[in-house]
Amino acid sequence: MDYFAQQLINGLVLGSIYGLIAIGYTMVYGIVGMINFAHGDIFMIGGFIALISFLVLVSFGLTAVPVILLIVLLVSMAITALYGWTVERIAYRPLRHSFRLAPMLSAIGMSFVLSNFSQVAQGARVKPVPPIITGGYTLHHSADGFVVRLSNIQIVVVITTIVLLAIFTWLVARTRLGRDMRACEQDQTMAALLGVDVDRTISMTFVIGAALAAVAGMMYLLYYGLVDFFMGFVAGIKAFTAAVLGGIGSLPGAMLGGLAIGLIETLWSAYFSVEYKDVAAFSILIVVLIFMPTGLLGRPEVEKV
Amino acid sequence: MGRVTASPTDHKHPQAGIAFILKKALVSAFVALVLFSLMIGVRTEAGPNGQLIYWTRFGELATLVAIVFVGSIVIELVRQWLGPAGASQLVPAPVQTGFAAAGRFVAPALLIFTLLVPVIFYHQRYILDLAILVLTYVMLGWGLNVVVGLAGLLDLGYVAFYAVGAYSYALLATTFGLSFWICLPLAGILASLWGVMLGFPVLRLRGDYLAIVTLAFGEIIRLVIVNWQSLTGGPNGISSIPRPTLFGFPLLPGPNGLAAKLGIAFDPTHRLVFLFYIILAMALLTNWVTIRLRRLPIGRAWEALREDEVACRALGINTTTTKLTAFATGALFGGFAGAFFATRQGFISPESFTFQESALVLAIVVLGGMGSQLGVALAALAMIGGFELFRGLEQYRMLVFGIAMVVLMIWRPRGIIGHRAPTVYLKQAQTISSDLVKEGHG
Repeated sequence: MDYFAQQLINGLVLGSIYGLIAIGYTMVYGIVGMINFAHGDIFMIGGFIALISFLVLVSFGLTAVPVILLIVLLVSMAITALYGWTVERIAYRPLRHSFRLAPMLSAIGMSFVLSNFSQVAQGARVKPVPPIITGGYTLHHSADGFVVRLSNIQIVVVITTIVLLAIFTWLVARTRLGRDMRACEQDQTMAALLGVDVDRTISMTFVIGAALAAVAGMMYLLYYGLVDFFMGFVAGIKAFTAAVLGGIGSLPGAMLGGLAIGLIETLWSAYFSVEYKDVAAFSILIVVLIFMPTGLLGRPEVEKV
Repeated sequence: MGRVTASPTDHKHPQAGIAFILKKALVSAFVALVLFSLMIGVRTEAGPNGQLIYWTRFGELATLVAIVFVGSIVIELVRQWLGPAGASQLVPAPVQTGFAAAGRFVAPALLIFTLLVPVIFYHQRYILDLAILVLTYVMLGWGLNVVVGLAGLLDLGYVAFYAVGAYSYALLATTFGLSFWICLPLAGILASLWGVMLGFPVLRLRGDYLAIVTLAFGEIIRLVIVNWQSLTGGPNGISSIPRPTLFGFPLLPGPNGLAAKLGIAFDPTHRLVFLFYIILAMALLTNWVTIRLRRLPIGRAWEALREDEVACRALGINTTTTKLTAFATGALFGGFAGAFFATRQGFISPESFTFQESALVLAIVVLGGMGSQLGVALAALAMIGGFELFRGLEQYRMLVFGIAMVVLMIWRPRGIIGHRAPTVYLKQAQTISSDLVKEGHG
């Protein structure tokens, strides 16, 4: 039971990270109707930028950990958001009215560009960082000596996710930008006729998605203590699975799907085999798409002739 | 569904002043400065004690930003010089018709040249090796073309069938000692069974969802190969896979070798030439089967399926069998190619079957113009040849490949050969612009 409780905590933390990435997929799919293949690599770039800015800040002599983390968070969100904007501007916008395969292939190309760019720029080796946030709380001592622990970094990850999700939900539900986004999602032509700047709205969608992915990248760096240039691919597919599982186009769905995938992966590793955890996640993607293509919270898609 | 709307604000200003260009270049340079500031300007590496160290590279950063600045100006000038209509004006109409007339002779000429490659380049081992590699990708491209180009099913996991074929041959040959010629059909059949197994669950999926499921399928196959160590050897792969024989005689030095039996001196190049003609024959078989199938009801059903699945069903075409045969046929050729790959390399490991391979083959098909046999062959030549140029710069290879993919999609989303002859016509064959061909919905 204690073992299960510990896995539950770990799974929810991992799920929060997946959920943050999944939001980017689901928003872009909702508005542009394409799978942003490069989004996983945007997450990876976010992790790298967090790592580099952290190193630079520490070498400047900053010691207050909360201050450092806040600056790192803002810097990586800002720069990664610019990456998201640039990717959309260069690779997707010229293809918006092209045939359906074109943006997808362009996105695959962009994914290669980003991952290999960071390989060329920062080297192929895994970059480890020492634990930055240490300590934690012991929740329960069981009779056989197993200890259920909730570490501070886990608390930070979950709280950051909740806060960002709250801000973001407010953004979509209450602001002008959110209204524009929902309008574009429903009908781009009509939205344009009513004075919505469609190009700008789509750009902002990519910017927000990339900023959230940067947060996920930083949380990943803090939680696992490493980044490498190849981590975007697998994390990207898993987050996409989460978006599909939650119902693509639905923001709460993406978070829910992320938590579900995180839990499944952790529990699978704990009770079955670590080697096949990715196989489990990918199988879920296939099973969900076949039996439940609309996901948990998605709207059914009606095909018109 | 993706909404396709014509935006009235798409047209760029045909003539813009120098101030506009400079402003744009400055913005680009600034964006580049921010993007590269940390990623290029600061280089991190794990130090000797496992602790991360970093050093700055402001020189490189400045160079890159300058390149972006100048590049932006150049691109903008070229765009203005070409005008809004783009590249189609570059080639005048008479030249285009001339090209079309010459196009009829390209395929036979290319075929004859390919047949003669081992004769011409007999002493250049490197070129022979490269030619075999190109032909392998031509075959893979033609195989995937059945699925993507004809049936319109976007498959991002084609490498799975390549892997199944390779591992089938490797395991059958090393475990049971079967020869290449017995294993080749078996590998094809096994791969095609896997094609049906993938096909069944994804029958209802379309477009992007189909793409992502096939991608997941390809990754699952690779992960199983990596982890099922007792069968596949895991990341270490399978080595000493037997080479193909000619009528039972191995192409090896020694008394039992083919050279000794024929009474000629042994030369390792013989085996390369032999492999070259095997893959050429297999690729031509793929091409021939595809062309024949296109004239059969099943091929027409594939193309109908690509154009409109709902209409297909309304006309009484069984979409289930149509899709499954497309997957099975594509997988069959992938399996053949995989078996050939295993026998050529003599060693296989999961590293050869990553998503990058799938993307490369798909890029070849799309670049070749989706459905054009000649286009796919030319695209394979261009892609693999282009890859070879970066042999010394291994780490820049995929970077350039990615950039090329993006640029090609923007410049010519319909591939090099955007036109192809129709399979069926009433009185006179007219070339169909591939702009009229839908895909990705099936």
